Amino acid sequence: MDTTAFVLVSAAKTALFLAILLGVVAYTVLLERKLVGRIQNRWGPSRVGPFGLLQPLADGLKFIFKEDVTPPYVNRPLYLLAPLLSLSLALTTIAVIPVGGWIDIKGIRTPVQITDVGVGLLVVLGITSIAVYGIALAGWASNSKYSLLGSLRACAQMISYEVALGLSLIGVLILSGTFSLRGIVEAQQGTFLGFIPNWNIFRGQIVAFFVYLCAAYAETNRVPFDLPEAETELVAGYHTEYSAMKFAMFFMAEYANMVTVGCLATLLFLGGWLGPVFGPWWLQAILPVFWFGLKVFFFLFLYIWVRGTLPRFRYDQLMAFSWKVLFPLAIANAVVTALVVALKS
Amino acid sequence: MLHYALFFIFAALAVGGALNLLIQRHPISSALSLVVVMGALAVEYLLLGAEFVAAVQVIVYAGAIMVLFVFVIMLLNAGEEERAGRSRVALLFGLPGLVLFGVLISWALIRINPASNRVAIGALHGPPDQIARLLFQPFLLPFEVTSVLILIAIMGAVVLARRER
Repeated sequence: MDTTAFVLVSAAKTALFLAILLGVVAYTVLLERKLVGRIQNRWGPSRVGPFGLLQPLADGLKFIFKEDVTPPYVNRPLYLLAPLLSLSLALTTIAVIPVGGWIDIKGIRTPVQITDVGVGLLVVLGITSIAVYGIALAGWASNSKYSLLGSLRACAQMISYEVALGLSLIGVLILSGTFSLRGIVEAQQGTFLGFIPNWNIFRGQIVAFFVYLCAAYAETNRVPFDLPEAETELVAGYHTEYSAMKFAMFFMAEYANMVTVGCLATLLFLGGWLGPVFGPWWLQAILPVFWFGLKVFFFLFLYIWVRGTLPRFRYDQLMAFSWKVLFPLAIANAVVTALVVALKS
Repeated sequence: MLHYALFFIFAALAVGGALNLLIQRHPISSALSLVVVMGALAVEYLLLGAEFVAAVQVIVYAGAIMVLFVFVIMLLNAGEEERAGRSRVALLFGLPGLVLFGVLISWALIRINPASNRVAIGALHGPPDQIARLLFQPFLLPFEVTSVLILIAIMGAVVLARRER
């Protein structure tokens, strides 16, 4: 593939992935409002368009036309940088996420992924760890006690749970022997005992999956770990002083992070795009992406379900849960997996 | 060509960030400049071809250590530092000394490491498994000693922060 073709294909893929991600983010918000509505025995948004399907569009327009307030006494450069940083980092992660196998179009063979990086998993972790700055700076630059408290909580929480999150992935890495997200999925091909798919969750990584799930909820500041924006104590946490599009950026970043975390869980534990593939060539091209989308949808659904079910942790419970439950579990999982792999080989 | 351009852009960014770290008067601004330095260094590692080291540089330094710095600065609510009066002795001897020191170090580096065995751009392949083998076979002792050192530092912090009963 020559340079021009490479640049064109990459640009097209980037545009397509970003458009799809933003669409998914918008409709996850709608899905959440609808589902939480049903869980609480009410309808949720149902007036804009059929079944309320145009509601995200209306919300977007509303955010654009709202008055953009910058409070006095804020640290202006950092105050403006924080939401930009949050959103851009949240959208960058999609660059290394593979959603399907390979496709051939007129002799150009390309993966269904923006770029396949050798250390893809570490890139995702690195971007997540940088994303803490968005929240930290938002709280500090706003010059408000609620914002500062919210962002201090968010920082402490994200640092603590990042440890458990990282350690829970070690088992998967031992089993697949690569940091490449594509390689991790390809290591999960096939079945064992005849019918059980060879996914990491069925290969003894169920504990790691549980740890990852909890840590991922905490990393994205979702219920039951939503102390950074606990509205009963902190007004809205780190984004109290933000309005209009700047608030919308934080909001979109949170949902984009949810999608990313769901994609990562799918790739690492549920076999990514692997699933039964059959039929004519066009169906064979679409089915893997469909399986991937279905698994990510399962995670988003679970997220919202948990939000509609569980109450919020107390702060000391939150920290104790991370350091005294998830952390030892993740280490034990890594040790046991390493032992089993070493004894087998 | 593009590689050299990127190398010099990010080298300039790293040096600029380091200077900004010294010039800024607010601790948060200084800490953020240090984050920029760490990020620029990560890109330099990436240009050398060591993608694993670059990723770890971002995760550990820019992501974990500097977040803790910023966190502590926010927690202490540290204000702007006061600027002490400029000392004439420092200006007279400091700047020439700095230049002399820089020249000496560059001269020593060039003498020790002649152009023939410099690492070319993109040539330093460091896949994770190779680094792991190096870390756990020839460099096992330094690696373990370093981790014990860090453990001692943590214990020291715990002892210092403990409340007297």
